[in-house]
Amino acid sequence: MLRLIGRRLLLLIPTLFGLSILLFLWVRALPGGPATALLGDKATPEAVARVNEAYGFDRPLLEQYVIYMGRILSGDFGNSLLTNRPVLEEFAARFPATLELTAFAIIFAVAFGIPLGYWAARHVGRWQDQIAVLLSLMGVVVPVFFLAFILKWVFAVQLGWLPPDGRQDPRIDATHYTNFFVWDGMITGEYDAAWDALMHLVLPGVALGTIPLAIIARITRASVLEVQHADFVRTARAKGLAPRLIRDRFVLRNALLPVITTLGLQLGLLISGAVLTETVFAFNGIGSFLWDAIFNLDFPVLQGFIIFIALIYSLINLLVDVSYGLIDPRVRVS
Amino acid sequence: MSMNLPPAAGGGPSAEMTPGGSPAPGPAPDLGPAGPAPGAGAPRGTSVWKDAFLRLRRNPAAIAGAVIVALFLVVAALAPLIAPYPGEAVPGAREITPGEIPGPGELPGYPLGLDRFGGDVLSKLIWGAQSSLLIGVVSTAFGLVGGMVLGLLAGAFGGWVDGVVMRIVDILLSVPNLLLAVSIAAVLGQGPYAVMIAIGVAQVPIFARLLRSSMLSQKGADYVLAAQTLGLSRRTITMSHVLPNSVGPVIVQATLTLATAVIDAAALSFLGLGGGRPETAEWGRMLTYAQAELGIAPWLAFLPGLCIAVTALGFTLLGESLREALDPKSRTR
Amino acid sequence: MSANLKRRLSAVTAATAAAALLLSGCAQSQRDDSGGETAGAGESSVDGQFIFAASSDPKSMDPAFANDGETFRVSRQIFEGLVGTEPGTADPAPLLAESWEAGEDGLSYEFQLKEGVTFHDGTDFNAEAVCANFDRWYNFEGIAQAETMSYYYGKLFRGFADSPEDAVYESCEAVDEHQATVTLAQPFAGFIASLSLPAFAMQSPAAMEEFGADETGGTAESPELSEYARSHPTGTGPFAFESWNVGQDITLSAYGDYWGEQGDVQEITFRVIDDPVARRQSLEAGQIDGYDLVAPADVADLEGAGFKIFTRDPFTILYLGLNQQVEELQDVTVRQAISHAIDKDALIRQTLPEGTKTAIEFIPDSVNGYTEDVETYDYDPERARELLAEAGYEDGFTVDFNYPTGVSRPYMPTPEQVFSNLSSQLAEVGIEVNAVPEKWSPDYLDRVNGTADHGIHLLGWTGDYNDTDNFVGVFFGQEKPEFGFDNPELFQALSEARQEPVLEDQTPLYEEVNRMVSEYVPAVPLAHPAPSLAFAERVDHYPASPVNDEVYNEIELNK
Repeated sequence: MLRLIGRRLLLLIPTLFGLSILLFLWVRALPGGPATALLGDKATPEAVARVNEAYGFDRPLLEQYVIYMGRILSGDFGNSLLTNRPVLEEFAARFPATLELTAFAIIFAVAFGIPLGYWAARHVGRWQDQIAVLLSLMGVVVPVFFLAFILKWVFAVQLGWLPPDGRQDPRIDATHYTNFFVWDGMITGEYDAAWDALMHLVLPGVALGTIPLAIIARITRASVLEVQHADFVRTARAKGLAPRLIRDRFVLRNALLPVITTLGLQLGLLISGAVLTETVFAFNGIGSFLWDAIFNLDFPVLQGFIIFIALIYSLINLLVDVSYGLIDPRVRVS
Repeated sequence: MSMNLPPAAGGGPSAEMTPGGSPAPGPAPDLGPAGPAPGAGAPRGTSVWKDAFLRLRRNPAAIAGAVIVALFLVVAALAPLIAPYPGEAVPGAREITPGEIPGPGELPGYPLGLDRFGGDVLSKLIWGAQSSLLIGVVSTAFGLVGGMVLGLLAGAFGGWVDGVVMRIVDILLSVPNLLLAVSIAAVLGQGPYAVMIAIGVAQVPIFARLLRSSMLSQKGADYVLAAQTLGLSRRTITMSHVLPNSVGPVIVQATLTLATAVIDAAALSFLGLGGGRPETAEWGRMLTYAQAELGIAPWLAFLPGLCIAVTALGFTLLGESLREALDPKSRTR
Repeated sequence: MSANLKRRLSAVTAATAAAALLLSGCAQSQRDDSGGETAGAGESSVDGQFIFAASSDPKSMDPAFANDGETFRVSRQIFEGLVGTEPGTADPAPLLAESWEAGEDGLSYEFQLKEGVTFHDGTDFNAEAVCANFDRWYNFEGIAQAETMSYYYGKLFRGFADSPEDAVYESCEAVDEHQATVTLAQPFAGFIASLSLPAFAMQSPAAMEEFGADETGGTAESPELSEYARSHPTGTGPFAFESWNVGQDITLSAYGDYWGEQGDVQEITFRVIDDPVARRQSLEAGQIDGYDLVAPADVADLEGAGFKIFTRDPFTILYLGLNQQVEELQDVTVRQAISHAIDKDALIRQTLPEGTKTAIEFIPDSVNGYTEDVETYDYDPERARELLAEAGYEDGFTVDFNYPTGVSRPYMPTPEQVFSNLSSQLAEVGIEVNAVPEKWSPDYLDRVNGTADHGIHLLGWTGDYNDTDNFVGVFFGQEKPEFGFDNPELFQALSEARQEPVLEDQTPLYEEVNRMVSEYVPAVPLAHPAPSLAFAERVDHYPASPVNDEVYNEIELNK
């Protein structure tokens, strides 16, 4: 097991190294370059030249890269051109928000996806199955931003049931320690703040969680179908075990293995998928920040975030592999 | 914007969902006339396809999907004949003010109303089918070819080639799709083809992984062992046997990708990378512009949104049914 | 400078000072009036928390190191300058300086300061504080001088202590507690008007010292905000800084010892909502009290739903730039033909917000030097076709039309629509356009401002303060890739007008410049779009200002 982890960690190095080169070259291959992004409306050729010189954009590429790598290795991703703050600091400040949102989306997806998939599998071929399959398809074919807009328009603007944007109503006096707002509200005993923060998670969480929900439902359905006919289930049935016990102990537990794999992959994708959802809901996480960075070519942020997200993605994959091995003895042996 | 995740089949989870995930017993599925490489198994494979087709015909979901896709193709092909106005025309420009956009049925001659620029919404939806088809096909083809090449390299050679290729795929996969597409489109310059290529490239890692894992799962299959004992060259085994038998999930994935490409193109247009005039008839673009008018002209968002969703649903239904029909496990039922 | 000129200068300044005193009286009485009303209504009856949606974070809390609207919006609540603006106009009015007087030489200015003003840290606002601020700007070093930092000081005062040759500023002297004299090294007609910019607001010297305002950390490649600019901005304004959660919100609260009227608002929260549609929806859902730059499409709709719309007097210009590096556009006849081909009224009716004024030149009518005596090129497609034929383009021609996407500026709320509208107008006289859309920043700006590789294009400007050079000088004062022409006569005329130290003597010079520009047609002035703000029903009054000089203690709420 440790060898597996070590090997996987080693594989990360060339991946991240290759990524850093690609990123570095990409930003500099862009037409226009970063200097104009910095100046915006007030850009004049002289100003651009001055900024290029001041920021070192005019030095040889190799030199720029060496400086850049040295910085990255020492944990310095530079400062955001938009906010003039260190990228890592921006990231640290916003990551809890995205994590909170992602967690909500995952919980939502699992809480509804697994039962839906199971339900479909139990009624395979019948109308219940058709409906479940259609529902899960709908989740995939509706563009996320469209879904987010509709959810917001209906439930926040028209009906007024849920807050349309942000993470916390400014009218609520909330104390924040960790930047996980729901958690903060719980530990400080400000339950109204925690509830408010939770309500702010609902719409973006549902929008973000819909695609994973659809995927989880379908995988659950497929793997339940497969496990249902497995020998050990048949044996259990033959032994006359209660159907409920069979369902809980045998079918579901075994069917969940592929679901966990998917979950891990989804988590990585979700963090990058939060870009759009957070923007629509003015949710101050890394997603909306990345969106601004894309729009304004804030290249230190783009580079830093891509590397960071790639890292997280790889680590989650590693975690999934390891946990898979821990749960399923067959995998452990091989 | 929305880089809709590929339905189920993308990357890892595919192994659990696709027939490629477990060695196919008996005659392996082949591709028949639609497949790029009808291999040695062709004579027997035909019956598999025939079988699949027969079962598709009995599946209502497949029929619904096929009808939607057929309708979409017909509208796209006949756009010049059935659309009242050219796609970029703004016949109703004089009727528009910032706060007032005539809606469906409000003005004679414009059954679905006007859009922000004064274009006829009906005409633009019809022309939009054509450009969506083009975007879908070109970008999917790009992703398919790129992904197949990488996947084939990795799957066929294994060893260090596999290592290097999969590292590249990992890099591509770990970069958020949207960012990957934006960065490619930004370097290529703006224009509709840059967008298609960008979307295609973003699909490459998915196709590559899919083909590789599918090929790996075939490697230990009985028919491969049989071919090896017969002394066939690795090249022959790979190209004539393993590849045709592994390509099924990839083709299914391509069907599904067609739909998401339309949505992704909208996102890139919004970032100003699509090129062309703002009046261009393209569903994604119409939807994107319409969001600003959601308050005063909601139909401008709902109509193209509906078109995208229905078309995507059609391709997905068809793709899913195809996947199921080709799945040897489901065949036993 | 001739003795004659000096005498005239001092006379004018005296007159200005007298007018300023009068104005200050007016402004004061207005404040008193509004204060009386709110006091009568009772302070407890309204919810003093006011939530405004900002489109982005401020760049910095220190306005001396900023030049963007979102920073200044916040700065204006915390800080005050020596000079403010008359409510609803762009004209300078007394603020922290009750009056001022220019010396005989036109180089020294004596400011009489308001008494009893304190900074939020409790220190006194006095002449020494004024000089500390002027000296601070002048002594910016290294990266603090960069265009991205002290943009306005560098541009308007042209030099720092380590490069005194070009510097406009020379010295500042505290004559007594409430009188400061600023001495300039060269005449600067816009000096008083420019002081109304938040970049030149008065900040507490003690707080700047304590929190290292000038310690702009990091290297040249990556500047960092000082402790002061992050969390300790200290001014004399009606609101004091509370907190700043980057990407989320900024909170200010009423400053108890404010010298003026506090008004209804007791606490301001600026929430960052970067998507314009999201801002509207947030207002509709009752989450915010107001937002800026309402999309033209939303104005009537929101008004119908009971929201309050306040429109600023336009202090903007939207124009169609004509790049003379394009062969066809080198011919002035063609440029005139394009001017005749454009139906500005139709454009405004179909794409621009209500309150927009038709533009005949490149400055709004409230700016010095505005004249109706210019070539106006009325809409006349027939004439346009004739002129095109005269220039040898009977069958018209095709030209690139560059426009930005995904952006909304005060002078250009919907560029795609303006493009669509203009291109079909041009098509009617035979000019076919080749659409070249690009992302606003950096692609579009870079191409239009930095290269010759563009055709006709959309751009505009929002005036920073009341100064003619801030409009025409910016556009046509020198050879620029944007317009691609070299017209020494025009450059000379603008340079002379700029250097004329007396405002009233500038007027005829700028009128002449405007006439020259209208004959030369380097671009087609289209419109002066009026930006609007939308507010919740409870907002009775908002101090809309053409130059965004809007301080929230003047907001009136009804519940």
